[in-house]
Amino acid sequence: MESLDEIKARAEVVVSGAKIDIVPNGSPSQQLSLLIDNEHALAVARFLRDDPALTLDFCSNVTGVDWLDRTVKKTVKVKKTIDGEEKEVDETTEEKIPGYLEAVYHLYSMTQKHGPVVIRMRATDRAEGARLPSLTPIWRSAEFQEREIFDLYGVRFNGHPDLRRILMWDEFVDHPMRKDYREPDDYEYEPTPHDDVLDRAKQHYAPRPQLDGAEQITATDSHG
Amino acid sequence: MTATIQTLEPVERPPTTMGSRLDGELLEVSMGPQHPSTHGVFRMNVALEGEIVRKLKPVFGYLHRNHEKIGENTSYLGSMPYTDRLDYFCSMTNNWAYALSVEKLAGIVVPERAEYLRVILAELTRLQNHVSLLGFLLNDMGAWGTPLMYAFREREKILDLFESLSGSRMMCDYMRFGGCRCDTPPGWMERAKKVVDVFPRFLDEFEKLIVSNEVVIARTQEVGKLSPELAINAGITGPMLRACGVNYDLRKVDGYGFYPRFKFRVPLGDHGDTYDRLMMRVLEMRESIGILKQAFEQIPAGPVMNPKVKIRAFRPPVGEAYGRIEAPKGELGFYLISDGGTNPYRYRVRPPSFINLTVLEDLCLGHTVADVMVILGSVDIVMGEVDR
Amino acid sequence: MIGTGILKGMAVTARNFVGSYFEKDRLITVQYPEERSALPENYRNFPFLIYDTDDAEAGLRCVACKICEKECPPQCIYIVKSEDKKPDYMGKPQFYAKVFDIDISVCMSCQICVEVCPFEAIKMDKVFELSRRERFDALLLRKSDLAKSNTYYHSICPTDAPEVDAKLAQAAAKKKPVPASPAPAGAAPATAATPSATA
Repeated sequence: MESLDEIKARAEVVVSGAKIDIVPNGSPSQQLSLLIDNEHALAVARFLRDDPALTLDFCSNVTGVDWLDRTVKKTVKVKKTIDGEEKEVDETTEEKIPGYLEAVYHLYSMTQKHGPVVIRMRATDRAEGARLPSLTPIWRSAEFQEREIFDLYGVRFNGHPDLRRILMWDEFVDHPMRKDYREPDDYEYEPTPHDDVLDRAKQHYAPRPQLDGAEQITATDSHG
Repeated sequence: MTATIQTLEPVERPPTTMGSRLDGELLEVSMGPQHPSTHGVFRMNVALEGEIVRKLKPVFGYLHRNHEKIGENTSYLGSMPYTDRLDYFCSMTNNWAYALSVEKLAGIVVPERAEYLRVILAELTRLQNHVSLLGFLLNDMGAWGTPLMYAFREREKILDLFESLSGSRMMCDYMRFGGCRCDTPPGWMERAKKVVDVFPRFLDEFEKLIVSNEVVIARTQEVGKLSPELAINAGITGPMLRACGVNYDLRKVDGYGFYPRFKFRVPLGDHGDTYDRLMMRVLEMRESIGILKQAFEQIPAGPVMNPKVKIRAFRPPVGEAYGRIEAPKGELGFYLISDGGTNPYRYRVRPPSFINLTVLEDLCLGHTVADVMVILGSVDIVMGEVDR
Repeated sequence: MIGTGILKGMAVTARNFVGSYFEKDRLITVQYPEERSALPENYRNFPFLIYDTDDAEAGLRCVACKICEKECPPQCIYIVKSEDKKPDYMGKPQFYAKVFDIDISVCMSCQICVEVCPFEAIKMDKVFELSRRERFDALLLRKSDLAKSNTYYHSICPTDAPEVDAKLAQAAAKKKPVPASPAPAGAAPATAATPSATA
């Protein structure tokens, strides 16, 4: 299978105006991914599926990832002239990356038995307005998985045939897998060794009524 | 006390004949979460016209346990016992898939004996999974537990092997990153060989219950046909895909572990109906026995764990990896994103049963309600995996 | 002839039924609780704490390092460290656990606490007949319920227990100073002592 650079080059030719970047991957798995912009994602996906050299007809996995705002510190060795001498100094740059919600697709080819090609799409609005194009018209395996991303992350997919909650019940309000999700205080009502959960839960309950002597009655009293 | 005959007022009852009220309307039935044949808490909203299914919408989430969120809050090692509980029939293959993904993420090498042990345990898992699936399917078709008990009798032998090796019958928690947790106790290999030697005789007997039985043939042939194009597009994997004739077995395609060293064939089906899916599992069991016999001969002595891997405070490099194996139900994949800490940043399970259910509606349209159960049984779902 | 498939199936059932009187392989029911099948040695179910001598308090190997509490996936272990120290099996003063609770309604017997314990203080038990009449307090095992002797461990794990004992004895032999020199209280001079003549 051709390398990601070649795929990127050909995709940019076939789908004019598409902006594709290659996202690096630090682990030894060497699974680099293509970051596709949202307007041309559908056309790029169709190219990836129908191109005779690639035929990526099997969409194996659709994942949602939540990235909060973060600052990445990079330390680079830079040559600087200090007091007339050239020295190598460590320069630390801080890069502020705003948060986004991401959908990652792992594509394989069943006809040619190669892969994976990983593509990503990002939605920068982490509030109600997160919209991404749905790739279900191209790969039907994305149908349930995109519904799951909508349910657990809150990303709406334009063009999905049946976008509703799948794992949580329909009246549920929040999106649980987000990193800033706060679980309700009283969901764990059984005594556990973790006292802080119990303390938080107890704040929601009414205080227990006064004992009125009912505890004095034992089982033998009721039989004559 | 004298009895008085009460006079009943004549009541105006609405007409109930088929022609007047129900004609042209679909009856919506919830084949609800509590059902003896739905393989767990699984609900299907079915719209019926008489007995024919016109629409089918599956409803999940009854067993949703937040496995992925727990994975983000637990260390890499701590998530290993939770993976046992995903597809609770096949804990060894779940462990292997997770260990494989972490080993891909961190670039860890596994010693030879551990790889052979992993193959042996995965194929034993495949045997016991397929045999219980056939038992459950015959149970759903009305054989009321007898083939199921025969299947479970063989499954018990394999579970006894797992118990003496890892300590627990189903929740084994046996694989680690870089190998297996502990070596086999003395005598284990001989007992495993005995179990595998007896299995073909049982399989011959069991096949007689399925293969030529007229009831099974009438209820499963030409029922739930899946075309290969739809299967590939919908991401179906595992025996369900191979029953349609598509030759895609991850043990041959990816060649993970030491599978390239074993000679085995991949059975393919012709029609893609339920009968082919059944026979697919029977044939795969025979191939698994072949692989097991080869593995028992080839397994070397040696360590079962890579000594360089830390158990506590295991921090893989920053990055991501997607590792997948051929679990008995399909392609089980784990996608891990690491940010350099002890807990993964994103921990995702690609569940085969969940994605195989995408085409459930397409398979059931036009068939009767009784066929829905047979088709669902042949898809082979486990709710622990579907809902996570 | 139609029906031959079903007749073949019935022959299989008949063979299994009649065979269950003759072949041991076909009659597999164990009449529990009168008969019990033997548990394999590796079987694990719920952890317990080991103490070495006969004294459950003084001989307890646990030094309240809290590693098992941190690594436990469902977080069912609850440890409170003591303020004072008492000498352990090597004579070195160590903290001990004032409170050590395991909630066995939460514990999933994953054995990770056993794997990460550096002092061989917690091991897996084999008890499974633990029914109680109450769900919450009765299923919280305290230190007194969890502490079991080393002889008990030898009786349930005959191959693993001597290995653990050998490992501990080896660790003790490495750290112990030469018997001729006065044994110092405290840790540091042990490493500075000359290597023992028997090494």
